[in-house]
Amino acid sequence: MPTESSTAQTTRVQPAWQRGLTQATPIILGYVPIGFAYGVMAQKSGLSTAHTVGMSLIVYAGASQFIATGLFAAGIPALSIVITTFVVNLRHMLMSAAMAPHLKTWTKPQLTAFAYELTDETFAVHAARFAGHKPDRAEVFWINALAQMAWVTGSYLGTVGGQVVPDPKPWGLDFALPALFVALLVLQIRDRLQIGIALATGVLAVTFTIWGLDRWAVILATLVGATLGVIWEQWTKTRSHKTRSY
Amino acid sequence: MGTMDQNTIPQDAILLTILAMGAVTFLPRLLPLLLLNRGKASGSAMPPLVESWLRHVPVAVLAAMLLPSIVVPNGQLDLAPDNLYLWAIIPTLLTAWKTRSLVGSVLAGMATVAIGRLVLG
Repeated sequence: MPTESSTAQTTRVQPAWQRGLTQATPIILGYVPIGFAYGVMAQKSGLSTAHTVGMSLIVYAGASQFIATGLFAAGIPALSIVITTFVVNLRHMLMSAAMAPHLKTWTKPQLTAFAYELTDETFAVHAARFAGHKPDRAEVFWINALAQMAWVTGSYLGTVGGQVVPDPKPWGLDFALPALFVALLVLQIRDRLQIGIALATGVLAVTFTIWGLDRWAVILATLVGATLGVIWEQWTKTRSHKTRSY
Repeated sequence: MGTMDQNTIPQDAILLTILAMGAVTFLPRLLPLLLLNRGKASGSAMPPLVESWLRHVPVAVLAAMLLPSIVVPNGQLDLAPDNLYLWAIIPTLLTAWKTRSLVGSVLAGMATVAIGRLVLG
């Protein structure tokens, strides 16, 4: 695959797929085992191999895929599953917005392909990379493609493993999702306000769940929690403006 | 999480649901990139309040999914010390904080649960 840099005569420049692989390795190391856990859980909840792997190809969003397997198994209506997925994955909007200034010269098909494979982890790698380099299209696409390949492969291996492993519980596989949430949360938190939002939203979600709001608990708590964060930010901002002007 | 009753959701309904899930996942990933790259204006074209709200969504949604899965595992509040998930949070949190490694954190959490079950039988 020709790239901006490798069309030059030099042989010292690594091909784009190799540079992509170097960048994507931490993601691959994460996606194969977590994808495996998803595959096992999906298989245990009765999803076919085609649907399990298909979800990794079509949806490609770890947390919502884990949740969906549980909802499918519980016979939750499709609309609720789709709404839950939407809310859970709404966070990518912010990442997409943050990537936009770096990709101003990209064509629409290129942006579309990039967006399809934008995840928490690829975002983290690209954000770090774009801070110091001009984005290299071929390298970026290889990072994204290799990451999704790892996710799909892990999912498939999980469906195979799910048939071999009779019970995922002794392996702690049922904790893969909560652990993923913990890790993503820790990586997201930058200041005290966000710790406050996390605690408030978590307690709200627990309360709503105990009240029997079930699958709506996450959506409601998120709406309230993020709004509380905005209110808090605005309130402290106006207060600091006032104290400064006097 | 029970095994799926083959009668509850027909197979083609599952495929349709997955396609719809794909659509509602893809659009939030795509639209900001397309819309913010349309104009010449550098920086954000979003209203500041919307941007601020969006910035809080990741943390809020992760916490909202996490906490109930830990303390309300079976529809009832469970803060008893034999709730293994409560203990597994600690090494997961520490690993994530110290190493910033996603896979390391997940493995630390799973190992704690696995070992806990092995020891407690």
